[in-house]
Amino acid sequence: MGEFDDVIAEFLVESREGLDTLDRDLVALEEAPDSRELLGRIFRCFHTVKGTAGFLGFGKLESLTHAGESLLSRMRDGELRPSASITSALLGTVDAVRIMLNEVESTGNDGDGDYSQLTETLKALCRGEEPAAPAAAAEPEPEPEPEPVPAPQPKAAAKAAPEPAPQPAAAKPPEPSLDEEVAGAQQEEAPRAAAPQAAAPAPEEHRQAAAVPESVRVDLTLLDNLVDLAGELVLTRNHIVQLSKGRDDTDLATATQRLNFVTAQLQDGIMRMRMQPVSNLFTKFPRVVRDLARSCRKLVRLELDGRDTELDKSLIETIKDPMVHLLRNCVDHGIEPPEVRAKAGKHPEGRIILRAYHQNGLVHIEVADDGNGIALDKVKKRGIERGLVTPERAEMMSDSEVASLIFLPGFSTADAISNISGRGVGMDVVKTNVEAVGGTVEVDTRRGHGTTFILKIPLTLAIIPALVVRCADARFAIPQVNVLELVRLTRAKHSLEWIHGAPVYRLRGKLLPVIFLEEAMGGHIMPPTANDNAGEDDETPSLFLAVVQGPGRQFGLVVDAVLDQQEIVVKPLPKLLAEIGAFAGATLLGDGRVALILDILGIAQRARIVSELREDAMLERARQQESQRAKGMRTLLLLQGPDDARLAVPLEDVSRLETIDVNSIESGGQHQVLQYRGEIMPLLRTSELLPERRSRMRNDFSEKEEPKTLSVVVLGRPGRTLGLVVDDVLDVVETTTELRRVGVRQGVVGTLVVQNRVTEVLDLQWLVAAAGFDMTEEPSLAAG
Amino acid sequence: MEHLCTFDVDSLFIGIQITRIQEILRPQPVTPVPLTSSVILGLMSLRGQIVPVINLAERLGMQMHEGAEAFNVLIRTSDGPVSLLVDRVGDVVEVPPEAFEPAPDTLRPALRSLIRGAYKLEKRLLLALDAEAAVHVEY
Repeated sequence: MGEFDDVIAEFLVESREGLDTLDRDLVALEEAPDSRELLGRIFRCFHTVKGTAGFLGFGKLESLTHAGESLLSRMRDGELRPSASITSALLGTVDAVRIMLNEVESTGNDGDGDYSQLTETLKALCRGEEPAAPAAAAEPEPEPEPEPVPAPQPKAAAKAAPEPAPQPAAAKPPEPSLDEEVAGAQQEEAPRAAAPQAAAPAPEEHRQAAAVPESVRVDLTLLDNLVDLAGELVLTRNHIVQLSKGRDDTDLATATQRLNFVTAQLQDGIMRMRMQPVSNLFTKFPRVVRDLARSCRKLVRLELDGRDTELDKSLIETIKDPMVHLLRNCVDHGIEPPEVRAKAGKHPEGRIILRAYHQNGLVHIEVADDGNGIALDKVKKRGIERGLVTPERAEMMSDSEVASLIFLPGFSTADAISNISGRGVGMDVVKTNVEAVGGTVEVDTRRGHGTTFILKIPLTLAIIPALVVRCADARFAIPQVNVLELVRLTRAKHSLEWIHGAPVYRLRGKLLPVIFLEEAMGGHIMPPTANDNAGEDDETPSLFLAVVQGPGRQFGLVVDAVLDQQEIVVKPLPKLLAEIGAFAGATLLGDGRVALILDILGIAQRARIVSELREDAMLERARQQESQRAKGMRTLLLLQGPDDARLAVPLEDVSRLETIDVNSIESGGQHQVLQYRGEIMPLLRTSELLPERRSRMRNDFSEKEEPKTLSVVVLGRPGRTLGLVVDDVLDVVETTTELRRVGVRQGVVGTLVVQNRVTEVLDLQWLVAAAGFDMTEEPSLAAG
Repeated sequence: MEHLCTFDVDSLFIGIQITRIQEILRPQPVTPVPLTSSVILGLMSLRGQIVPVINLAERLGMQMHEGAEAFNVLIRTSDGPVSLLVDRVGDVVEVPPEAFEPAPDTLRPALRSLIRGAYKLEKRLLLALDAEAAVHVEY
């Protein structure tokens, strides 16, 4: 019997809970005799008790509940309507079951009470008879409740041996259907997971206490309330800890330490009340995978790992659908058909591993398959087709960036299934759901070896680990889940590179777009000028770069300082401020002041909007130039060439003006070159280009020593730049004067008079050719 | 009879129905909220609750008196309490309904939309604030 002890204990707890609701439901049924829901619930309760009683060999209990179940079954089918006598009989049955349960608890079997009369009454009712005499017997049944056991006992002496007890016990066990077994198994599993201590062997005299429910059902709102209060306590604790730090008071320090400890325990305990093992979720998946595999004609084995990992109840609900979606994807598109797998030298049976574990205060859930992986080239192609990414951008993307394209809304459509080995149906929904609870999704794929999706979910929504950072005078909290790594910028702004005024950081060879938090919060950030000290002295304070996961790609968020890493209590923003989109909430810091929690995705999106505006402005400027050109207006950059010559280039072809150190010039092939923003830029000297321009008077100065720095006009666009070394940059002028093309020499498209000087406008097409570029497809470099 | 709690906001004499007021507090540390209207001074903590603080003077198109004492008047709203920062807190006055008049036309439109009307008191004109409108800041 020993091994059954805990099973029986659970059976008692479960059954009693069921009986309590039965009392209520039966009475309610009299009020609402047509409620199918009530009937269904009553029926299931009887059914469960019967099934488990049969399984455990409590024959009397089983036969009585069986009779009750049969009656209920007819009622459920609408063949009988509830009546007062039926209700009484059923309530009588409930009482009898209670008595037997008490017997089971104290003696280990269902007692020697005789319930044959009650059983007969139930059977008669079931036949539709309104039992006259038995009804009278059944009617008073509830009344002797105060001393229920003695009542049936005298009869038991007379009718002890005959029918029900042993016979059904022997006959019935094969009967329980599959459903019952499953139901029974689930009942056993659930409470055991919830309260493992219940199984601990209790001394005999404490049996009574042991069977008293070890788990209580608590109203969820009460629980939420407690979670809130625990949050308040954490904040108050933080405050007191901070206050006591500055004081030299041992008693206070001791008390604070104690408060700290108790609060942590309390918080932990309260949080755990909401926690459930992910097994509650995982147990549903083998069936899902099995059905899917069959319909796809694939062989798939699902392995579960880390079932005991716990997660907030509400979060488990939220990630259920995304998980099913990912599994469906793995089976449908990840795992190959058995033949294909065999050909590729893999086991014909595909494997999906579902793994849950804790890391960095987050729950990681991995869905990994050993299928064919994602066809990144096709994803890239599709992303371009769908206009989600420009071809140039796609070229520069890393594999993981390409893979994460599948999470973009609009990537997937029905025909995507056939087009790109199917990946990515509704992946944006997965991502949205997971992000809604403050989590992230990542994908890692290797062609031919499989794909792994990693969901990172916060343990709970109420209290999260966060970095507290400082930016200007304000403090902000960044949820830890968003932060991939921290980089200290010892040379402050000089550690960054600036492209068209936009900062980027070179992180292990990869360019990371950078957002200054101060700028994201409405401030202004200027690129460092060459005149700034290079940040090498000790006076320039370091900056910190938090590498965070933005939508689709990572970016760096620059903050002034990282102050602390702590658990913060997330409080919703007042409605008044909920629409800003840059904040996920607010929290109270140790000093009792409010700090805003950054919404990293929101900030990335806002920043993108800003940069789009910036691009819009550039486009607008380009359009204006276009219309000016149509009117014959041109904007020229005036340059000083050798021998005080006046030269000009159309401003629209100029990308930057630079001053370079002569020592940085290198020799490459037939030209001098300069390493410029990661490319090799050929340098052209106006003096070499226009050699025949002879000095009228200063020929003897040609030996003049070379200056240390040179002015360079950078022409063209990234990837096709060309540096024009000039003596000086003079001015930018707008002019409508027509070019005179008479008598121009090579390299010059025409001359005009600007500021009373004859000025030669350079022929960029020719310059480019002179630099050795094949620029046929680059019309923008041609002079207007 | 209506009971109004009175406040000075710049040169205005403002009244708020006493039933709308949750409590009045001395200035609290306020955390500014970027990217929002300058009318919203920021967030403060009211015994652990996050409460937005609105500069009532600026909301009404007036000037906040630099260096003057300030008070947080916490208004009950459907979205929880909101604090209105005012220069000075006056008495609670009982106003007879017959002294009520619609907001004078001479008020600036921005101000007028936030005023339910005016009570002619013996010495001054008391403007009855529409608290719900005042805490509804567009940005």
